[in-house]
Amino acid sequence: MILPPSEQPDNTPTPAPLLGLNSVILDTAARALLPLLLLFSIFVLLRGHNDPGGGFVGGLVAGSAFALHAFAFGVQQSRETLRFSPRLFMAAGLLIAAGSGIYSLLLGHPFLKGIWSETVVLPAIGKLGSPFFFDVGVYFVVIGVVVTFIFTLFEDANN
Amino acid sequence: MTYLLILPILIPMLTGVVSLVFWTRIRTERTLSLIGVSALLGVAVALFLEVWNGGDAQILTMQMGDWPAPFGITFAADLFSAIMVLLTGTIGLMTTIYSTVNIDRQRVAHGYYPLVNFLLMGICGAFLTGDMFNLYVWFEVLLISSFVLLGLGVEADQLQGTLKYVVINLVSSTIFLSGLGILYGVAGTLNMADAAVQLAEVAQTRPGLVTTLAMIFLVAFAIKAAMFPLFFWMPASYHTPPVSISALFAGLLTKVGVYSLIRIFTLIFVHDAAYTHRTVLLWMAGLTMVIGVFGAMSQMEMRRILAFHSVSQVGYMVLGLALAMSGAEIVPLALAGTIIYIIHHSVVKSNLFLISGVVRWLRGSAYLKKTGGLITTRPYLSVLFFIAAMSLAGLPPLSGFWAKLTLVQAGLSIGHSWIVAVALFTGVWTMYSMTKIWSYVFWNKPKGETSPNFEKPIDYSFFELSVHIAPILLLVVATVLLGLFAEPVIAVALTAANQLLEPSIYIKAVMP
Repeated sequence: MILPPSEQPDNTPTPAPLLGLNSVILDTAARALLPLLLLFSIFVLLRGHNDPGGGFVGGLVAGSAFALHAFAFGVQQSRETLRFSPRLFMAAGLLIAAGSGIYSLLLGHPFLKGIWSETVVLPAIGKLGSPFFFDVGVYFVVIGVVVTFIFTLFEDANN
Repeated sequence: MTYLLILPILIPMLTGVVSLVFWTRIRTERTLSLIGVSALLGVAVALFLEVWNGGDAQILTMQMGDWPAPFGITFAADLFSAIMVLLTGTIGLMTTIYSTVNIDRQRVAHGYYPLVNFLLMGICGAFLTGDMFNLYVWFEVLLISSFVLLGLGVEADQLQGTLKYVVINLVSSTIFLSGLGILYGVAGTLNMADAAVQLAEVAQTRPGLVTTLAMIFLVAFAIKAAMFPLFFWMPASYHTPPVSISALFAGLLTKVGVYSLIRIFTLIFVHDAAYTHRTVLLWMAGLTMVIGVFGAMSQMEMRRILAFHSVSQVGYMVLGLALAMSGAEIVPLALAGTIIYIIHHSVVKSNLFLISGVVRWLRGSAYLKKTGGLITTRPYLSVLFFIAAMSLAGLPPLSGFWAKLTLVQAGLSIGHSWIVAVALFTGVWTMYSMTKIWSYVFWNKPKGETSPNFEKPIDYSFFELSVHIAPILLLVVATVLLGLFAEPVIAVALTAANQLLEPSIYIKAVMP
């Protein structure tokens, strides 16, 4: 059913998985792993600038971090931890990625041409350019999509 | 002015993304979409004028990311692409206006507007890209949006239709992708213009291989275009979703398949026209026309009849493509006929679908036997239907007449009288089906069982009725104007056809 969860007929008591697996080991591990995985996902995103990595893989890592969190604490709490709706992540990512292409269009170049700054040089990634923002956009879209999948599957399994 | 090439893709995308942000605010989403689709139409008009005013050899190109042609992804708009984008904007705007009253809150709350915008983005992308793999990507964009739009609402028959649609389209995509692999292996390129150059060389040594490749792409696109024998998914699915969705699909989605067929069979696969065009395409076109129109005869539900007719009309479109290269020399008039037919059919068929929605709304059902008597209660609606239906059947001076006339003339000029006979025969039976709808729904008094909602248009207001009627009226005006001012329309179509049939212009524009 496509009905939102609030409108679902609710004749069974909410089963345990919605509240997480209630395992001490998993809870503790997830609490420690979430920030680590998120940091790692940013590392993968930045590394993609010149080496294997990038927005897509980074987004997958970040998405799986929230999947683990949802396993441990339940979807409800993961949504709160995520703070914004996954949809907004998708929208923001698409806007950032499109913006990186529109920027070159505004400068009179073809869409999506890489525009590199000569002055701004960041410590980890080097010269700042519009492809970097495209990658960041992909990162957010992938997080949004993965998290939407996982949350929806979780909630469906419980209804 | 090359930014005009990317705007028809960017505008629906940005509209869709912003609608994602306003997910549950229905009024905001509606307004946004109306603004977005109007802007799309405006840009489409500007693109069309730019290409048209540039003269015969004007093709706008843009190399994405500034990577030069055979290596990067090229976007290119010749006159044909510009016409298709213009149609997309028009039908998109009409169905969006209609959807403000036709789509229920539930569907809007579950993403109707973002999906429609992403669908329009995919359609425009497919019309504008100059790269085979990129075409595949746009197909996926529009297919995924259309899967969800078809299934949105989860009614039993809707899911059944969606399942058939999804399965057959996944098969088609797989075939398309395999074809792409082979194309890359054979030609070493996916750029359409470059593929045309490379395959011309390959065809001299291994013509069989190129023809095989042509047939693989033919099957992939024929499924999307709903040609015989691969059409059954369309009558099974197009009558199930809300009307503004079926109207959008009927007006545009099969056209993407037809467009791709025209693109590859005028640009890339032209080495063996005696087989590909005169044998395969011509036979398929003839059979599609006849089988589609006979399928429609046995149906008793308005939208199913219309869906079967779409199959038959696709036959006409492909007929022009086949005829253009079937004679001893190239016949631009035939391809011009195809282009006029595409314009005419988009305008008229989406309109007939929109009318079927009003009928269903007023009568509580679109089954012919459960309706009736609309001529006395809604005379203006009856007149609008009559004009659209007669245009579809090909009565002068409406747009359908000129579309058929051009095709018939082209067919006769190269002596293919039997296929002309088939086309005219199909026209007669189209008339029969339209008359059947006319007499059941509009002319005759209601008899037999009517639906409980009969003539109880659920608290309809004058506003709601006028928003239903306004796009129908505009599209009827369009078909009348296309008929009355046939000369400029034919001139535009002929220029576009000449451009398509002279691939060197396209190749030179993409790879200077």
